Amino acid sequence: MPAAFVGDEAAEPVTKTPPSTRKRKLVDSITTSATSQPPATIELPKRKASKTTTASVHDANADAEQAALPATPQTLSSDKPMDSDDDLNSVASSGMLGEAMDDSSVDFDAADSDDDGLEDFQDDESAFESQPKDLRPAKKAFEVDFNVYSPGDIQHQQDRQVEEVATLLEQPAEQTAILLRFMSWNKERLIEQYMDNQEEVLDKAGLGANMSSNPPRLEAIDGFTCDICCEDEPGLQSFAMNCGHRFCVDCYRQYLGQKIREEGEAARIKCPGDGCNKVMDAKSLDLLVTSDLTDRYHELLMRTYVDDKENLKWCPAPNCVYAVECGVKRRDLTRTVPTVNCDCKHAFCFGCTLADHQPCPCALVRKWLKKCEDDSETANWISANTKECPKCGSTIEKNGGCNHMTCRKCRHEFCWMCMGLWSEHGTSWYNCNRFEEKSGTDARDAQASSRKSLERYLHYYNRYANHEQSAKLDKDIFHKTEKKMQLLQSSSGMSWIEVQFLEAASQALQQCRQTLKWTYAFAYYLARNNQTEIFEDNQKDLEMAVENLSEMFEKNTDQLAGLKVDMMDKTSYCMRRRVILLDDTAQRLKEEGWTFNVDLK
Amino acid sequence: MAAPLPKRIIKETERLQSEPVPGISAEPHEENARYFDVKVDGPSGSCYEGGEFQLELFLPDDYPMCPPRIRFLTKIYHPNIDRLGRICLDVLKNNWSPALQIRTILLSIQALLGAPNPEDPLNEAVAKQWKENQPEAIKTAREWTTLYAQKK
Ligand SMILES: [Zn+2]
Ligand SMILES: [Zn+2]
Ligand SMILES: [Zn+2]
Ligand SMILES: [Zn+2]
Ligand SMILES: [Zn+2]
Ligand SMILES: [Zn+2]
Repeated sequence: MPAAFVGDEAAEPVTKTPPSTRKRKLVDSITTSATSQPPATIELPKRKASKTTTASVHDANADAEQAALPATPQTLSSDKPMDSDDDLNSVASSGMLGEAMDDSSVDFDAADSDDDGLEDFQDDESAFESQPKDLRPAKKAFEVDFNVYSPGDIQHQQDRQVEEVATLLEQPAEQTAILLRFMSWNKERLIEQYMDNQEEVLDKAGLGANMSSNPPRLEAIDGFTCDICCEDEPGLQSFAMNCGHRFCVDCYRQYLGQKIREEGEAARIKCPGDGCNKVMDAKSLDLLVTSDLTDRYHELLMRTYVDDKENLKWCPAPNCVYAVECGVKRRDLTRTVPTVNCDCKHAFCFGCTLADHQPCPCALVRKWLKKCEDDSETANWISANTKECPKCGSTIEKNGGCNHMTCRKCRHEFCWMCMGLWSEHGTSWYNCNRFEEKSGTDARDAQASSRKSLERYLHYYNRYANHEQSAKLDKDIFHKTEKKMQLLQSSSGMSWIEVQFLEAASQALQQCRQTLKWTYAFAYYLARNNQTEIFEDNQKDLEMAVENLSEMFEKNTDQLAGLKVDMMDKTSYCMRRRVILLDDTAQRLKEEGWTFNVDLK
Repeated sequence: MAAPLPKRIIKETERLQSEPVPGISAEPHEENARYFDVKVDGPSGSCYEGGEFQLELFLPDDYPMCPPRIRFLTKIYHPNIDRLGRICLDVLKNNWSPALQIRTILLSIQALLGAPNPEDPLNEAVAKQWKENQPEAIKTAREWTTLYAQKK
């Protein structure tokens, strides 16, 4: 795709076809292609009736498939919740900013709860019905199995697990739910420990003895003073769990409001008493949580459930309510890139929840994004007018004729010409004649090597950024084209189905550019050998296919209809090239056949 | 016009004045009863001994559901206190309980002066020095105490 695309207006042909003929031609081409549907040029993926899906290239194809079905024009370009993955990334990271300076609330306990010891317990523990194996279509190396669940499904799973364990432990459901949450929903561990030492588990979970014989209730106690609000009027309603820490009802409710609404806690709210570790049970909460908090409370409980399960993740798309189940473990991430497709159409990585980044493994994505961030200034730098300070490495711009440079950051004084210490220059202010000074040679060598590694980085970065940028341009141009097609539709009576190939092509472009973008990050970390060449060939083939398809969007709107078959061909070719690249890369990754110049761990 | 002061704050303030904690004082501002001038004596036997440290303490609107905000005004060399005087103390953060009080918090801060914890640092540079060369760190803390925390 050319750097500056030609707008479709600008590209209006000199020899204008009279409007009437143009319309007829368009209708002709439509009738021709309408006879050949479903489009023979597009391979339909094998689809299953079940809910189990396989991450695949199906987006564009599915649309083509959809196009062959009766559908309504309103769905045209609807339900695309996000404009680009950047939107999502910025949403995901924005939570890290904010609060730092306002008080002593710096977060000190950056407890990393990755407990590798636990995951083995959960390996084959699944609350979900699994699909019979033989129903699954042959999987490509880059595809993983996953399921998408609605909030209702999740609630149902929780209930079922609670029920199951409750029977086993002979405990009421509320208590069992607390126990399960306390054990991060690790059934096996709970059952094992419970069988081992019932009292201790109950105690630790804040359930203590004889809850069932002594249900929670509010009481007015003579001479009681609430330690939180200092009220002591007679008849003051108060509450205490069996740890004995008693507070008035108002204070208890305010406390719960603070925990639930402000701090987002639900599953492990402790007694407000100083130093008391007793966790509030569901019955006490029912008694005390006010109706305006119950929805939020239950939502939080659900969140905790998904957060606790290694095989469940919330879809990170804004406002999406679905959770995705996938069996890929953290330790597998050096050998696989688990892209999953949510029902909201967002494709994301189950490993790191960033937008789909196949074929690049999570660890490389992390490194790459970090690098791009760190180097964002240096990336614009490679012009003749900037050099790095030989002492601290920060970029320095020469904006006048004087060769006496002072680094703004470290105040190091050096000569622009020879990069040597300025102090070695004596009085020859404007003229450098000390080119061979030791300090200068060393600095120039360092500069050369850092320039070289920067140039290598920029080679990949520019291509990475270019595909990101082009994907946006592709989308813009598609939206413009789409509007025109809609106008044309209403004036020509052309059916909505007929313009769907454009949507399919546009989606294929988005998806392929997303893949291409990440092939450059991948290639940056690849050590050079024979396999690199195969990878680069695949990359080149996909790139060419994509540019060929992308170019077609720059054609006149009235020509587009005539190019339908060609465009569908090119679309399907793009998707095939993408599959080939992803499949080959994933296969080798699985076999640990790639050599990287960094550690994948 | 500010909302009337909650009974809890009135009682706490009264008690702070009627039964003061030795080595600690907390005076509310006349124009803002939620804002306190605090003085804490360096615990005896510690490298802050002989110093008088000034702090500011503010009770936010949602106190006591949320902890008070406290900051050292006096410069202090301590691994759990940063340049801005902010304090790393569990009861001021995750382990806050509405049943805790100003007096208990100030006692905890005094105890923190007696037992610096470089394993949970807020001030990395100081913590590093504390771990690598404790005698030197203690010497610096003493010097700072003499330099900045003299009784007025
Ligand atoms: Zn109360
Ligand atoms: Zn308690
Ligand atoms: Zn989603
Ligand atoms: Zn990932
Ligand atoms: Zn410098
Ligand atoms: Zn020079």
